[in-house]
Amino acid sequence: MSVPILNASGCLDALVAPDVARTLDAFVTKTVTLLPREGNPPPRIAEVEHGMLNSIGLQNPGIDAFVSEALPALAELGVPLWVSVGGFSAREYAHVCERLDECEDVTTIELNLSCPNVEEAAETAAEITRAARAATSKPLYAKLSPATWDLAALARAVAEAGADGLSLVNTIRGLALDPATGRPVLARGAGGYSGPALLPIAAACIHACAHAVDLPIVGMGGVASGADAAMLVAAGASAIAIGTALFADPLAAERIRAELASAVGTPPAADRDSRSLSQASSA
Amino acid sequence: MEPVGPYTLLCLERGGLESGRPGQFFMLEAPGRLLPRPMSLCLAPPGELAFLVEPIGPGTRALCALTPGDAIHVLGPLGNGFDLDVERPLLVAGGIGIAPMPYLREALGGAPAILGFRSELHAEAACLLPDAEVVVEPELVTDLLGEDPGDVLACGPEPMLEAVRRAVPGAQLAWEAPMACGYGACFGCVVELEGRYARLCVEGPVLR
Ligand SMILES: Cc1cc2nc3c(=O)[nH]c(=O)nc-3n(C[C@H](O)[C@H](O)[C@H](O)COP(=O)(O)OP(=O)(O)OC[C@H]3O[C@@H](n4cnc5c(N)ncnc54)[C@H](O)[C@@H]3O)c2cc1C
Ligand SMILES: Cc1cc2nc3c(=O)[nH]c(=O)nc-3n(C[C@H](O)[C@H](O)[C@H](O)COP(=O)(O)O)c2cc1C
Ligand code: FES
Repeated sequence: MSVPILNASGCLDALVAPDVARTLDAFVTKTVTLLPREGNPPPRIAEVEHGMLNSIGLQNPGIDAFVSEALPALAELGVPLWVSVGGFSAREYAHVCERLDECEDVTTIELNLSCPNVEEAAETAAEITRAARAATSKPLYAKLSPATWDLAALARAVAEAGADGLSLVNTIRGLALDPATGRPVLARGAGGYSGPALLPIAAACIHACAHAVDLPIVGMGGVASGADAAMLVAAGASAIAIGTALFADPLAAERIRAELASAVGTPPAADRDSRSLSQASSA
Repeated sequence: MEPVGPYTLLCLERGGLESGRPGQFFMLEAPGRLLPRPMSLCLAPPGELAFLVEPIGPGTRALCALTPGDAIHVLGPLGNGFDLDVERPLLVAGGIGIAPMPYLREALGGAPAILGFRSELHAEAACLLPDAEVVVEPELVTDLLGEDPGDVLACGPEPMLEAVRRAVPGAQLAWEAPMACGYGACFGCVVELEGRYARLCVEGPVLR
């Protein structure tokens, strides 16, 4: 089985790790907003059972600096470029999409309609998608939250508003408390829960949406092996994005691609990349 | 694996990895945990990489529980490391902050050192840096800095680094932050630097 593999937005900086970006079929940027954002105060991450929490808070340079500084460097990587777009109103999303519409190097725009770490726009996902649709002719993917009561209905609404595809799923809100103090571990309190725990949640979301709309779906959420990716493909995804798994294994895309190619539906062989394998020895 | 006071010296076969510059770190797979853990290189004997690990939580405890023959993923060297172009180096470390010092001292061709620990048991780790001056709390490393300490290169807990910075404004300080990736991917490890949030794994861990 051969499936395009992307990174999940916010889980790779292609300019710091270009070799990792080149292992992908497309690189997805961290979410870009109209104005620069410093992001949330640290601590921003914590490992929890079956996953991790993050509250990065969409730290990014803003669309102007992104277009003038980051984009030319990203274009040189030679990897198809998806730009993730965020905002705090439909107008902001539309402004950012308008700027990107002029950028030849941008192949696809992903609308982040689901960040759990910042205030939400007042408009609905469909209204934002409609505003973005009016601002750009580039392919538009709507990234939705798994914490949506009727995701199939939302998928239909964004499809009708002009989305060309869906990205499923974003993180789901979680809270870690320090057992000694009872206080939140992350400075901002709650954060977005990602990693292995999301896999069956993502499968359910993808499955529901694939039956509701006729749009391509980028599946993500806890994918760490070829078998995980195959499961989301079976649920209805036509491409896979890897997020949290890249933190422990920067070469996860290559490994998962190989596992998918060699073993459809069977558990992946446990052989690991020997380049980074070290053995404990007695001192 | 070798106990050093309350710490464990973890020796790994180097494989194809470079040992890097002192103060750089590696991300070590902690068996059973989702995320790897950042560790400073402590020593680089031929063919090996050695890390000094303090077991303070699930990840570091898993690392200390490794046995000979176990294999783990290692990524590195990462981060910037210390600037070795100094005239009168003085190494200052608190607690597990001693970890990068043996490799640093070797690269400098020797340097005086001041080490602080919170107990006599922890102070046993001073054996990794023979001839260092050692203090145990309530005495503090900053008590020994003197009028003109020279070029200070320091690693230790945040309050110690803050105190060293107050005493020696130009000191090179190796900081810590929780890290998910160690290679600039997650924006999880930021520290405030000149009024903005900088990724410690990219712009640090050594900051002035
Ligand atoms: C660049 C760098 C180099 C390091 N080098 C060494 C080393 O050589 N030897 C060594 O023993 N440790 C080192 N550390 C610290 C080590 O990475 C952490 O202690 C470890 O990640 C904790 O994981 P855990 O699962 O054992 O504990 P956790 O359960 O993750 O943490 C236990 C407690 O420590 C706090 N904590 C966790 N991580 C950090 C951190 N990075 N900084 C400050 N507090 C933290 C948590 O909030 C919690 O209260 C280094 C850290 C960095 C960033
Ligand atoms: C540290 C971190 C930062 C993230 N930043 C963004 C972001 O900026 N925009 C976005 O749409 N999703 C962001 N996400 C969500 C991921 O893109 C992805 O949807 C989610 O983590 C599920 O996939 P995973 O389990 O493979 O990580 C972030 C996730 C993590 C862990
Ligand atoms: S640890 Fe991920 S960016 Fe620094």
